[in-house]
Amino acid sequence: MYDVIIIGSGPAGLTAGIYTTRDRLKTLIIAGTNWGGQLQLTTLIENFPGFPDGIQGPDLMSAMRKQVEGFGAEIVESDFSEGNFSKSPFIITAGGKEYVGRSIIIATGTDTQWLGVPGEKEKIGRGISACAPCDAPFFKNKKVIVVGGGNAAMEEALILANFAKEVNVLCRKESFTKPSEMMIEKVKNNPKIKAIYNSEITEILGESKVEGVKLKDNRTHKISEMPIDGVFVAIRRAPNSEKFKGIEKDEQGYIKVHEFVKTNVDGIFVAGDVHNKNYQQAITAAGFGAMAGLETKRWLDSFL
Amino acid sequence: MADLNFTDQNFKQEVLEDNGSVIVDFWAPWCGPCRAVSPVIDELAKEFAGKVKVGKLNVDENSQTASQYNVMSIPSVVFFKNGQPIRTMVGAQNKEDYKQEIEALLTS
Repeated sequence: MYDVIIIGSGPAGLTAGIYTTRDRLKTLIIAGTNWGGQLQLTTLIENFPGFPDGIQGPDLMSAMRKQVEGFGAEIVESDFSEGNFSKSPFIITAGGKEYVGRSIIIATGTDTQWLGVPGEKEKIGRGISACAPCDAPFFKNKKVIVVGGGNAAMEEALILANFAKEVNVLCRKESFTKPSEMMIEKVKNNPKIKAIYNSEITEILGESKVEGVKLKDNRTHKISEMPIDGVFVAIRRAPNSEKFKGIEKDEQGYIKVHEFVKTNVDGIFVAGDVHNKNYQQAITAAGFGAMAGLETKRWLDSFL
Repeated sequence: MADLNFTDQNFKQEVLEDNGSVIVDFWAPWCGPCRAVSPVIDELAKEFAGKVKVGKLNVDENSQTASQYNVMSIPSVVFFKNGQPIRTMVGAQNKEDYKQEIEALLTS
């Protein structure tokens, strides 16, 4: 039996593990087959403190993993499938194997949310992507559209501008509100990037690959067609919480949090983007991970 | 087993003219998720040795083949049977999912 099982291996999960292992708690991290979370799909991270020249997302995650393993955490690279979350000790299943933990930290983060419009599903990987660092070079001298008005959309647009001939950023609202001012300036000063406000995609056109999109102007409700080679989706994300039966969530699926890191079940804690829809930064996830790790130790100590 | 690398030059001979099952992992060195998939592909090559030909294609060096199959997201793993592409899995998947596809391919 483990003192704590951490589900998730992004900055929240691995930071929680650093705290629990240093507190000598027997720690298991269910890292998933694609361990490391969203930062594995990024390039240069410039806002994580301590790295004045920035650090590559995958390098940051490898360093965190090395750190937590150094303190003795056990890591399993299988996907969590189900669990009994009624009361401690909790039994969970991952990769067809059962594990028992006195406490649980849920740190499963969020996942890409696709647009859900006609013509999308069948063309994912054929011009539709959610990972500019992976796929931008395929769009050399091509015309692309980035969907979204947040920081993630700005980042995708800037990466794509290194390759594409023209990058359009599609924003539902009349201005960018969420990204940092520095990001907005970078985007506005890039001659290849053009913003299209008050608009959304209603259909993605093309047979075997993306050839265009139908755009709706949200003010006039007029629909127009735009020829395009690539669509990069960076809209609001979906929390990975559906497998946690019995844990309270809000209407969007984010886990409801009490006293910073507690869920509605005694002994089950939560950290990072899966409950934090307001910030969703690597550093905030790591901060919540530290809090959850400390709180888990306190909770286990209360039985001594 | 040594890594099998497909190229624009050998693709016809190694994949299209193969009468069995061939699995091609389209990847590039700058792609983070590809680095995660790569060791899984190596393991599958070992586990299915003699039954399925498993190899990788670097899209930077072999862009002709990549664009021929409309590969615009990597990693993309394409399953060939008798030289025909049967199925494509886009994005990093877990080993079990690849395995299931290979087994389906073998019995198809």
